[in-house]
Amino acid sequence: MMNQVHICRLWRTAAAAVLLLTASLAQAQLVIEITRGQENAVPIAVVPFGWEGTGAPPFDVAQIVAADLQRSGRFAPLDRKDMIDRPTSGEQIRFQDWRYLKSDFIAVGKVLPEGGDRFGVQFELHNVLTGQRLAGQKLSASNSSMRAVSHRIADLIFEQLTGIRGAFSTRIAFINVEGAPPQQRYKLIVSDYDGENQQVIANSMEPLMSPAWSPDGQSLAYVSFETRAAAIYVQTLRTGERRRVSARAGINGAPSWSPDGSTLAITLSRKDGDIDIYTLNLGTQVLTRMTFDPGIDTEPTWSLDGRKLYFNSDRAGSPQIYQIDVAEPKTPARVSFEGSYNARPRLSPDGKQLAVVYLDKGAYKIAAIDLASKAVQVLTNGRQDESPSFAPNGATLIYATQDRGRGVLATVSTDGRVTQRLAANVGDVREPVWGPFPAK
Amino acid sequence: MRALQLMLIVVTTAALMGCPKKPQTLPDSSSTPTDSGANTSGTSGSDISSSALSAEQREIEQLRQLGMVILFDYDRADIRPEYVNVVAAHAKFLNGNANRKVRLEGHSDERGSREYNIGLGERRAQAVRRALMLQGVTEAQITTVSYGEERPAVQGSDEAAYSKNRRVELGYGR
Repeated sequence: MMNQVHICRLWRTAAAAVLLLTASLAQAQLVIEITRGQENAVPIAVVPFGWEGTGAPPFDVAQIVAADLQRSGRFAPLDRKDMIDRPTSGEQIRFQDWRYLKSDFIAVGKVLPEGGDRFGVQFELHNVLTGQRLAGQKLSASNSSMRAVSHRIADLIFEQLTGIRGAFSTRIAFINVEGAPPQQRYKLIVSDYDGENQQVIANSMEPLMSPAWSPDGQSLAYVSFETRAAAIYVQTLRTGERRRVSARAGINGAPSWSPDGSTLAITLSRKDGDIDIYTLNLGTQVLTRMTFDPGIDTEPTWSLDGRKLYFNSDRAGSPQIYQIDVAEPKTPARVSFEGSYNARPRLSPDGKQLAVVYLDKGAYKIAAIDLASKAVQVLTNGRQDESPSFAPNGATLIYATQDRGRGVLATVSTDGRVTQRLAANVGDVREPVWGPFPAK
Repeated sequence: MRALQLMLIVVTTAALMGCPKKPQTLPDSSSTPTDSGANTSGTSGSDISSSALSAEQREIEQLRQLGMVILFDYDRADIRPEYVNVVAAHAKFLNGNANRKVRLEGHSDERGSREYNIGLGERRAQAVRRALMLQGVTEAQITTVSYGEERPAVQGSDEAAYSKNRRVELGYGR
């Protein structure tokens, strides 16, 4: 366990809880900055939660909830200093006041001591205009789960008001790199989606790349050059147990889990140097070749039903997206037609779009290809944007971009209207991948 | 490369301390068996002097003077004409020293997606591998690895940096 504890300055007050919650904390911290907001974000008041116990309140639930809602880009939480009242339950709300403050919705709640390290967290959501109670629940928490419970409340509010499942209780994995070659330290880090609770999963002086979440969120596959050659590892997060699943000659790269978690699609070049896509059954170790082209075939990703792979191939002269039938990998069908560079496809959770790295007037940006119409929508405006990954609710993409020569992470709403940046305080961050929903 | 340099210095120093009486001067690098027109790694002459340096090590030092890095064009993996002599010199060395192995590290510039860049680096390493094998080097003497854009030689986001990062590095480890 590392002694050094760095906490995002947004939530310094939460330091005690984070310390309890985290096994090992990374040195990198992520500071979130909203760089482009939605004009029609819904105004909502998230009132600081009451505390029924003695002494200082154990946690600021409302701060986490408000930050989550704001980060989604769809909500504009009311600033605390503009609140003239602090109701903690529905019957205490004077709706007239909140109408005057132009909030459409109000969330109130309180934390109740339940003995020792147990707490009840009660919240209610009301429509300010009608006074109607839209949702209300009491959740149980401990010191170490207070942050998670706060994200859960944000999920419930988000789903109630948008009809879309909230993704505030999810995690991301990413690569952090410090130093300049040849003295670089690579870390594979898993954190909450907002950059909190960072845990170092792997740590190496040689490159770490291409993290991929198992569908159950229990494991990560990734590429490590720790033996001075590429190999693919699968690591169980809870236990740290690690297995080397492919260390063949040449490239061992771009792992992607099948939806049932049984198989990895990977890129190998093997002895002949022919860069192709294979499937590797993790149980049986059976390796099946999917592509046979002399060009570069890489960056596979699965269709929702696990029957197809989307991948990047430069067989026609420049990187473009193709799809292939896993059961009968004969002739791939081309999927991308616009632009001279379409790479690293990732399927949206509804299976309707592919996010890609797209070359647009000399700049690499994130674009979405609609699979039905093949229409391309450019979502970002960086020069070196890469590694798009969808949130499991499909509302947001996380990706890597550059800010004054430094690698940072950013998110963009899938309509391209809201972008935010997550910058590390140490080194570069890159290759973000958004984990699945937690088990319900 | 740096490791090799260090190793040579250590070997040289040790050798000099071991037999201080008869230091010899190695042939100047201009007398290397191949045309030095393709030199990309500076033109300073070799002043390594030691009788204890094996012929093999002298040859490697000469190769180092000639070039241990082959640069490539954007999105390309064909060996440019100015590197034909470099590849030939390395092939000649490997043919004459069948127990030596060369490690080919392929690299790309930072643009575009990372795994595709791993592919580009591999393709470049494979191009050098094929060229060496066409000149008689055996498969067993060559290992390749692609680092893609992960290990730039030069930091920076302009063509000056990119052109130095699209490369294959040849290394003679033990």
